[in-house]
Amino acid sequence: MEHVQLGRGDTDFIRAVETESGQKVSRCYQCGNCTAGCPMSFTYDFTVSRIMRLIQLGQKNTVLSSKAVWMCASCESCSTRCPNHIEVARILDVCRHMSRRAGFGGARNVRLFADAFLQSVRWHGQSHELGLMAVYKLLSMRLFDDLTLAPDMLLKNKLPFKPHRIKGRDEVAGIFRRYAQGRGLHGGGKK
Amino acid sequence: MKIGVFICHCGSNIAATVDVKKVAETAGRMAEVVYATDAMYACSEPGQQAIEEAVKKYALSGVVVASCSPRMHEATFRRTVERAGLNRYMFEMANIREHVSWIGRDQGPNTVKAIELVRMAVEKLRLNRALIPRKLPATRRALVIGGGVAGIQASLDCAEAGLEVVLVEREPSIGGKMSKLDKTFPTVDCSSCILGPRMVDVAQHERITLYAYSEIESVSGYVGNFEVVIRKKAAYVDWDKCTGCGLCIEKCPSKKNFDRFNEGLGSAAAINIPFPQAIPKKAVIRAEDCRQFQGKKCGICAKFCPTGAINHEQQDELVTIQVGAIVAATGYDLADWTVYGEYGAGRYADVITSLQYERMLSASGPFGGHIKRPSNGEEPKSVVFIQCVASRDPSIGRPYCSGFCCMYTAKQAIMTRDHIPDSQSYVFYMDIRSPGKGYDEFTRRAQEEYGAQYVRGRVSQVYPRGNKLVVRGADTLLGSQVEVEADLVVLAVGGEGSREAAGLAEKLRISYDSFGFFLEGHPKLKPVETNTAGVFLAGSCQGLKDIPFSVSQGSAAAAKTLALLSRDMLESDPQTAQVDIKRCIGCGKCIQVCPFQAIREADLRGQSKAEVLEAVCQGCGLCNATCPQGAIQLSHFTDNQVLAEVEALLCP
Repeated sequence: MEHVQLGRGDTDFIRAVETESGQKVSRCYQCGNCTAGCPMSFTYDFTVSRIMRLIQLGQKNTVLSSKAVWMCASCESCSTRCPNHIEVARILDVCRHMSRRAGFGGARNVRLFADAFLQSVRWHGQSHELGLMAVYKLLSMRLFDDLTLAPDMLLKNKLPFKPHRIKGRDEVAGIFRRYAQGRGLHGGGKK
Repeated sequence: MKIGVFICHCGSNIAATVDVKKVAETAGRMAEVVYATDAMYACSEPGQQAIEEAVKKYALSGVVVASCSPRMHEATFRRTVERAGLNRYMFEMANIREHVSWIGRDQGPNTVKAIELVRMAVEKLRLNRALIPRKLPATRRALVIGGGVAGIQASLDCAEAGLEVVLVEREPSIGGKMSKLDKTFPTVDCSSCILGPRMVDVAQHERITLYAYSEIESVSGYVGNFEVVIRKKAAYVDWDKCTGCGLCIEKCPSKKNFDRFNEGLGSAAAINIPFPQAIPKKAVIRAEDCRQFQGKKCGICAKFCPTGAINHEQQDELVTIQVGAIVAATGYDLADWTVYGEYGAGRYADVITSLQYERMLSASGPFGGHIKRPSNGEEPKSVVFIQCVASRDPSIGRPYCSGFCCMYTAKQAIMTRDHIPDSQSYVFYMDIRSPGKGYDEFTRRAQEEYGAQYVRGRVSQVYPRGNKLVVRGADTLLGSQVEVEADLVVLAVGGEGSREAAGLAEKLRISYDSFGFFLEGHPKLKPVETNTAGVFLAGSCQGLKDIPFSVSQGSAAAAKTLALLSRDMLESDPQTAQVDIKRCIGCGKCIQVCPFQAIREADLRGQSKAEVLEAVCQGCGLCNATCPQGAIQLSHFTDNQVLAEVEALLCP
């Protein structure tokens, strides 16, 4: 393992995470309660509490290229259990955004799924599962994954062929528009 | 009047951001100031000597020192001017450290403000008068509230030194939390074996009067002369007749009641003696559990009592005593651990608190000293300890470290292996805090000799699997989630101030914090004093402590009490309210606002007038501010003195 050079931590990164998330990372005293309750920990390369520690030390590249920030399911167990009132899930969310803006690869398929999902919502006002799956599978080339689930879902009418377009479609589109104006949609992420 | 002004540098504390030379120079031109200078450390020996010499050389009649807070050194400089031959109230202090140099970085404005504060002090001093304290007789008796180990120590020390002591304990027996413990760290000696003899000493001491099962009803008076009303709660048993034989407990038909002494681990009869070594060893009936009080036909205890001590008609009794000093030693209560739903306390029988575990380990406890799972009575082979329950957790409003849990957990892990050699303990901890004599070695022994597995991380969940409990947590050193199957889970619950502390603090007129701990006079220099003269603190009521520290503080509070009451006469503070009889119209508003009942109505040739009981007056000034006639004035803080300060500030 490489030495972590403590004096060369990226303090701008710490400040940026704190500003964007509204959280104070120095409040974390490494009790590990977030890690203890995390249901996605088995997929992580670093546990949540280690991600918090890496942020405290300004280890920008390690954090933003980690798998953990992308595998987080935003269940917010960590935020709920944190004795110091830190919204840990919010911090991970901010890291995902940063990772994307800075062009770190991250977990490609998670990113593709998120894009396909948002695209679907933008078009229809809510997600159209079949279309979403089609786009995601084509982009990720994971054509045959989870295919065995399809018959059951079709039978239960969970995968309608026609998208159901909701009434407030324009309002939903407005959300996307306002976000794009605020920050430049997925700014810089798509290199 | 000839005034001398001394501006203190306080090293660089003041001089770094205040131009002290300029302040002294300006002060030299103020009204009636004949001498002004600066000093490196005014409070040091040469500093004080310089003041004394200046008083003599320039025939000063008043002194202003501009330095730190009067809370820090007013008493110091009052003694200085007194040594120089002045009255101690011919002194004023301007706080240019806490109020100026420590809070502002800019030298220009700082210097201006310092000059303003000095001018205010000078203007007030010009109106100061010499005040003479009165001598008051003191009652040479002390009241100790709380019969835990700290209160016991304070009582014994005071009584040994010849003082009369009244010890009041709200529970039926003295002994406090320590009497519930099985063993004590780091020596693993039996708690009741070392505490028991002390409790007996209290009972047998000719100068200690013990009021058990009693509470403080009210406190009035002042240092040296407190009047305290004690409520002796009805035990429904005549304690003069009760011999503590225990026959009533055996015969009582209402046996399935919450056992307070055993933390609810066993069950207690409605008439009960909490534990075999109880002092006094007298029975108490709890009305809420007793069949007789629920209107059912019973009275079995009365039928069997060989001495006829049972008296269901007994009433609370009020006793009034006079004391010169009060030691509060009310201890702590466990914090509320049931807020942690994820640990399952209350839902799963095999999740218990550390204090319940102590009762389980104790040979006189409900389990006879055998560790058993409350659910099925089996011997647990895997015991998990979870530390920092309701400690170091800002999310539930308990940000502080309780200080003793690391140590008692290590002890309990050792005792577990001692009782069940083929058991395994797991301790989930955040940091091990063991800064005491032999303490850290003790936690190492728990791991090295007794094989306790210490896991660094918090626990997120405890849930049942079969008839076992699964504890899921993190090992942050490993960087991984961990899981362990447990037969018994012990929560190392932290403490908070006694639940009745706030009410008592108000009766004693002392301060307390949001966690229920009483506030000491100064965190370092007055750890057992309070801001109310004659009231001292001992033990965990001031902040959580282990046994050695509680005992030390008990002795410290006793030393303070003895020092106070070693004199036959006490000096009263002359900064009290004075009534100008000519102006007083007898409206009685001052009587209404006085929080100390220090003012009464007096008759002067047929006219009603206010009269101040100087010994009771605390000099708060409420009457002064209320009086519509300006007839009642607070000595040393008269309207004119305060107005002179305001004028010095607004129209220099």
